[in-house]
Amino acid sequence: MLHKRLLYIWRFLRQLTGDDAYEHYLAHRQCAHTSEPVLTRQKFYLYRLELKSRGVNRCC
Amino acid sequence: MKRTGPSIILWSAIALVGAWALANIAIFRDESINAVWFIVAAICVYLLAYRFYSAWICARVLTLDATRATPAVRLNNNRDYIPTNKWIVFGHHFAAIAGPGPLIGPTLAAQFGYLPGTLWILIGSVLGGCVQDLVVLFCSLRRDGRSLGQMAKDELGPVGGWAAIFGTMMIITVIVAVLGLVVVNAMKNSPWATTTVLGTIPAAMLVGIYLSNIRPGRILEGSIIGLVLLLMCVVGGGWVHGNSTLAPLFDWNAMTCAWFVIIYGFIAAVLPIWLLLAPRDYLSAFLKIGVVILLAFSIMLYAPAIKMPALTQFIDGTGPIFKGDVFPFVFITIACGAISGFHSLIASGTTPKLLSNEADVRMIGYGSMALESFVAIMAMVAACTLEPGVYFAINSPGGVVGKVAGEAVNMINSWGFMVTVEQMQALATQMGEKTLFARTGGAPSLAVGMAAIFSSSFGKNLMAMWYHFAIMFEVLFILTTLDAGTRVGRFILQDCLKTVWKPMGDISSYPVTILSSALFVAAWGYFLIQGVMDPLGGVNILWPLFGIANQLLAGIALSVATGILIKMGKQRHVWVTALPLAWIAIICTWASFEKVFSSNPQIGFLAGATDMASKLAAGTLAPELANVAPQLIVGQRIDAVLTVLFASMLWIVILDMCRISYRFVNGKAVLPLSESAYVSCEAYAVK
Repeated sequence: MLHKRLLYIWRFLRQLTGDDAYEHYLAHRQCAHTSEPVLTRQKFYLYRLELKSRGVNRCC
Repeated sequence: MKRTGPSIILWSAIALVGAWALANIAIFRDESINAVWFIVAAICVYLLAYRFYSAWICARVLTLDATRATPAVRLNNNRDYIPTNKWIVFGHHFAAIAGPGPLIGPTLAAQFGYLPGTLWILIGSVLGGCVQDLVVLFCSLRRDGRSLGQMAKDELGPVGGWAAIFGTMMIITVIVAVLGLVVVNAMKNSPWATTTVLGTIPAAMLVGIYLSNIRPGRILEGSIIGLVLLLMCVVGGGWVHGNSTLAPLFDWNAMTCAWFVIIYGFIAAVLPIWLLLAPRDYLSAFLKIGVVILLAFSIMLYAPAIKMPALTQFIDGTGPIFKGDVFPFVFITIACGAISGFHSLIASGTTPKLLSNEADVRMIGYGSMALESFVAIMAMVAACTLEPGVYFAINSPGGVVGKVAGEAVNMINSWGFMVTVEQMQALATQMGEKTLFARTGGAPSLAVGMAAIFSSSFGKNLMAMWYHFAIMFEVLFILTTLDAGTRVGRFILQDCLKTVWKPMGDISSYPVTILSSALFVAAWGYFLIQGVMDPLGGVNILWPLFGIANQLLAGIALSVATGILIKMGKQRHVWVTALPLAWIAIICTWASFEKVFSSNPQIGFLAGATDMASKLAAGTLAPELANVAPQLIVGQRIDAVLTVLFASMLWIVILDMCRISYRFVNGKAVLPLSESAYVSCEAYAVK
C-alpha cells in the first residue's frame, strides 16, 4: 500500500518537473503515424526548452 | 456538492472561524495579536470564496461545460497542446504566476500598518484577482488558447489589441527595472549577499550543462545537484564574508551592483536558454514552492506575535518608505498579491493549452491566485512580526531619515517606533551584515523576518545562514523573472519593429537578437539607474510606476473579459468582472493623477522635477546630488509622461469596450464572438 503511494508520488513528481517528458514523447511517437525522424533525448530536451521560451511563462 | 447536513455544518463552522479570526485582526486591537489569526482568517476566506463564489461564477456566469473538448484534447500535438493532469497544470500555473511581487508589495505596504494591506490582499484577491485569472483563462480556453493581445484584437478591435501589446511591453520594462533595484539593494555593500548571488550563476550553468549534455532531460537529478550547489553558495558567501582579504573585493556600492545587473541581464538574454535561464528556472520553481510551504509551516509552529500596529500615522501620506496616502497607494503597492494584470498573460499563454477538462479552470484560475494571495499574507506577517522600529530602520532610505545611523534612529524614535543604534548593529552582526540601515526594496527586511521565523522554528544559531538563504531565494527568482522578462520583451519588441523593418522580426538571427536585446535592456536599465540615483531610494518612484502598469494590464484584461461576457449575453451577471474593473479604473486613475500632478515634490513627478531644478539653480543641493540632478529631472519628467500614457490607455480600452457593449445591447453590428465551436469530448474518447 505504502509502496504504491510512494510510486504514485514519484510519478507525479516526475511529470510535474517534466522529467518523464521524453518517455511520453516516445510513447506518443509510437501511436502517431508520421515520417519525421524520432528525436534523440538531447535534441528533444533542447527543442522543448526553445518552445517554452517563446511566450510569457514567468511573472512578477 | 449536495446540501447535506454535514456539509452545511462544516461550511458554517468555517464561516464562523473565519469571521472570528477577521474580527480579531480588524476590531479587537487592544493587545498584541498573533500571526496565526492571519493565517486562519486568510484560509477561511479563500475556502469560502472558492467553495461558493467561484462555484457560482463557474456555474451561472461562465456555464462551464465538462463535456466540451478542450484545445489540448482537440489539437493535441504533444508539443504545446498536451492534455495534462489538473494537479500538474496547477503546479505549472502557480509556479508561473508566483513571482517576487507578492513578497515585496506587502512588505512595503506594511508602513501603513498591517490592516489596510491585509484587508486588500483578502478582498482584492477573492473579488478581483482570482476572478480576473479565472475569466481570462476561461476566455482563452474557449479560443484555442489565444493570447490576451489577440483576444483583445478579435473581440474589441485593433485599439484594444495594440493597447494590450503596449501595456505588456511597458509592464515588463518597469517590472524588470524595479526587480533589478531590489537585487541591487540586497547586494550593495554586502560581500556575503554579493558572492552568493554571483555563485548562483555558475551553479545554474553547471546544471544547464548537466541537463543538456551529460544526462539530457533528467530534470530531477539536475535540480537536486543544483539545490546542493545553491546551499554551497550560501555557505561559501559566509566564508568570503569572514575572510578579510576576499571580503573587500565583493563590497560593491549600489551603482556597481546596478551595472552588474544590467550587464548580466544582457548576457543572460543572448546566451542560449539551456545554459542559464532554463536550469535556474527549475531551481527557482523548486525553491519557491519549498519556501512557501516551509514559511506557512513555521508561522503555525512558531506562532509569532504581530508587533506592527493595525494602522500607523503614515496613512496620511508621509510614510518614509514611499510617499502617498493609504488611498489609493495601498492598492497600487500591494499589486500582485491582490490583483495582477500580468497573470492574464499566463492565463492566456501556456496554461489553456494544457487543460484536459474545461471544469478545471476553476481550480487552476481561481485556486492558483488564492494561493498566491496567501503568499502575500505570509509576506505581510513576516514584515509585521519585526519590531516596527527595526522595520522602519531597514526600509527607510537615507534621503528621508538621514544617512548617519544616529540621525536615522532619532528620526524613527520621533515617530514613536523605538529602536537603537546598538540594537540595529547587533541585528546586522547576527545576520552577517555590516549594516541593515536603509536597505530599501523590501527584500532585506523580508529576509530578516523570514530568518527570525525560520530560526525560531529550526536552528537558533543559524540566523545569518537563514538570512542569506532568504536573500538567495528572493534573488534567484528575481533574476529568473529578469531573464525571462528580457527575453519576452525582446520578442514583443521584435514583433513591433518588424512592422517598420521586416528583418527585425527574424528571431533566429544573431545580430538581430543582440540588437533587440540591447535595446530592451537599455530601456529597463535606464529606469534602474534612475532608481539607484534617486535620493529617496528609488522604490518611491519605481514601485508605484510598476503598480500602475500592472493594474493597467489588469484593466485591459478585465475590459476584454467584460466585453466577452456581454457578447455572450450575460448582461445580468456582468458585474462579476465590471465591478473589479470599475475599482481598478478608479484607483489607477487616482494614483496616476497623484503621481503626475501632486504638488508634493515627493509624490508628484512633475513637482519633484521642478523642485529639484529650482534647488539646483539656487545651488542648495548636496554636491553628490547636484551631479546627478539633471538626469533625475529628465527621468521624473519621463515618468510623468509614461504615467499619463498608462492612464489614458486604460480609459481608451474601457471606453472602447463600453462602445462595443452599447452597440451590442442595442442590436447593432459588433465583431462576432471568436469562440471556437462546441465539440463533445466523447469524439476524442479513447476507443
